[in-house]
Amino acid sequence: MAHHGKGKPPRVGDNPVFRRTLLAFVLVLVALMIVAPLVVIAVEAFSRGVGYFAASIADPDTRHAILLTVVTALIAVPVNTAFGVAAAWAITKHDFRGKRLLTVVIELPFSVSPIVAGVSYLFVYGLQGLFGPALQSAEIKILFALPGIVLASMFVTAPFVARELIPLMQAQGRDLEEAATSLGASGWRTFFSVTLPNIKWALLYGVVLCNSRVMGEFGAVSVVSGNIRGQTNTLPLHIELLYHDYNAAGSFAAASILAGLAIVTLIAKVALERQGAGRVQRPSQLAGADSITRR
Amino acid sequence: MKIRLTNVVKEFQTFRAVHGVSLDIESGELVALLGPSGSGKTTILRMVAGLEYADGGAIYFGEENATDIPVRERGVGFVFQHYALFPHMTVGENIAFGMKVSKVKRSPEAIAKRVAELLDLVQLGGLKDRFPGQISGGQRQRVALARALAVDPRVLLLDEPFGALDANVRRDLRRWLRKIHDELGITTLFVTHDQEEALDLADRVVILNKGKIVQEGTPETVCRNPADAFVMNFLGDANRLDADIRGGKAYVDGVAFEAGGVADGGGQILFRPADVTWHEEGQGIAAKIVRVIDRPDSRRVLALTGSGQPVEFDTAPEFPYGKGEEGFLDIRRPRAYPAA
Repeated sequence: MAHHGKGKPPRVGDNPVFRRTLLAFVLVLVALMIVAPLVVIAVEAFSRGVGYFAASIADPDTRHAILLTVVTALIAVPVNTAFGVAAAWAITKHDFRGKRLLTVVIELPFSVSPIVAGVSYLFVYGLQGLFGPALQSAEIKILFALPGIVLASMFVTAPFVARELIPLMQAQGRDLEEAATSLGASGWRTFFSVTLPNIKWALLYGVVLCNSRVMGEFGAVSVVSGNIRGQTNTLPLHIELLYHDYNAAGSFAAASILAGLAIVTLIAKVALERQGAGRVQRPSQLAGADSITRR
Repeated sequence: MKIRLTNVVKEFQTFRAVHGVSLDIESGELVALLGPSGSGKTTILRMVAGLEYADGGAIYFGEENATDIPVRERGVGFVFQHYALFPHMTVGENIAFGMKVSKVKRSPEAIAKRVAELLDLVQLGGLKDRFPGQISGGQRQRVALARALAVDPRVLLLDEPFGALDANVRRDLRRWLRKIHDELGITTLFVTHDQEEALDLADRVVILNKGKIVQEGTPETVCRNPADAFVMNFLGDANRLDADIRGGKAYVDGVAFEAGGVADGGGQILFRPADVTWHEEGQGIAAKIVRVIDRPDSRRVLALTGSGQPVEFDTAPEFPYGKGEEGFLDIRRPRAYPAA
């Protein structure tokens, strides 16, 4: 390295050998861990021809699984988005007792295995569970039905939106809201014209993460859904079922749909970002917050 | 609008508390709340704004008890220390915000007209369509002021208005704010920890320490007659020497100073570095020069008295003495206070 440039010592991290090694390491891992499996899904899905792929998708059980997954996401994602915004708002803009505890509790689903979450739902809503008898006498079916699936999905994804928003809203502080209120704005007005525009990218990112996870959730849902084919099987559960039926091509076809849904979500996110990002040069005032938003 | 605070109290777990502050601000007056950090000055300002509720006492706007009126309806213009401009709105949109959300409906034309007037007032005519991130700190400050004035507030409140600006921008803005205040005649209260800023700008200065008012008065009053050693120290460089008070005199190293009204016992005298003259021999407190610091317009001398107490004083650039030389300190305008 003595002859690097015009005899100047290289800057830290500016060593070409190190740079190439680092890049190669990352690229190899990305190829092995992320790209290869996705390629395999696509290849395997069409391994018995387009006709078989179409037939697999057209299978009523598969169609039902897709529908169930989409319906679950349509319920769980908006509810968790509202929850996440409310929780982040409460934690960052207000002072109250037990604030730290609440922050920890919101993060809990991250550290709890989804299977544990599913089993605990059995104990709460199951026949021998806490509310089981009461629910049964009222003829409300939660377990082995859509409500159970939605609840389990919501448990697992509860932290996603809140976690994206809390650091950003903490960095932004309360000044903007206080300024809006002192100028006469109501709470709703302040939220929609001041708070929301400044958190929208983080919010969008949280929603995308939340959505991907709801659609892909396996563990917790598998416990509470009962795996009834054509009735309570979500797409991930259905993929596993097909795989165990030695229907590899069918299972990969279904998997490609799930991957496709994820890609649609990502494209939607990028498109929305493009549309909004052109308008405002984000100010240096929120430089810290900025780096959180623009992943 | 006249503002009156009566025995206002705010309890905090932390240091920002306020302990029973009473204060009258006359209509159209420009008043500075001056104090070190943690003296409760910002808390008082936020209570006047309604951003913080008082735990005790009352705040009157004119004859109206405003203590429990929420900030939204209190009709104050608040300028935040870091301006709190809405980053996603242009300068024009920022200024228009208060008028748009107001209960008093205004036509878009009327709002646009008022925005243009305010931009003229704060001398930012061409910047209406810029975003806050695209203008300088001083310009943001003026936008924040225009935004606060747009709602026709009864009272203007400013939290460390020049705290985040360069020294020269600061001075210009100070003079400019005074001019605006004189034009509009709006009752204005601002918070600062910078004594120069307070003395330069305000009609009246309220000095706070540890959540209490220690002195209030015109800049002249607080400068010429500091109420206690804290005020004397806080308003500018001051030397402090331990003294014995006996019969209206303060004795330091055997030299007597005027100390009318101070009780006998332990005491101290304070004096400004400019109020000391060095004599090779004769009168004053014996001292020895420790170090001489050169400045563009003077020399600052660091000395130790015979009893080992440090004293700093300013001399002409021609001051010929140096380290180790001995002489006498002739002190003018000393102020005697009881021991802290």
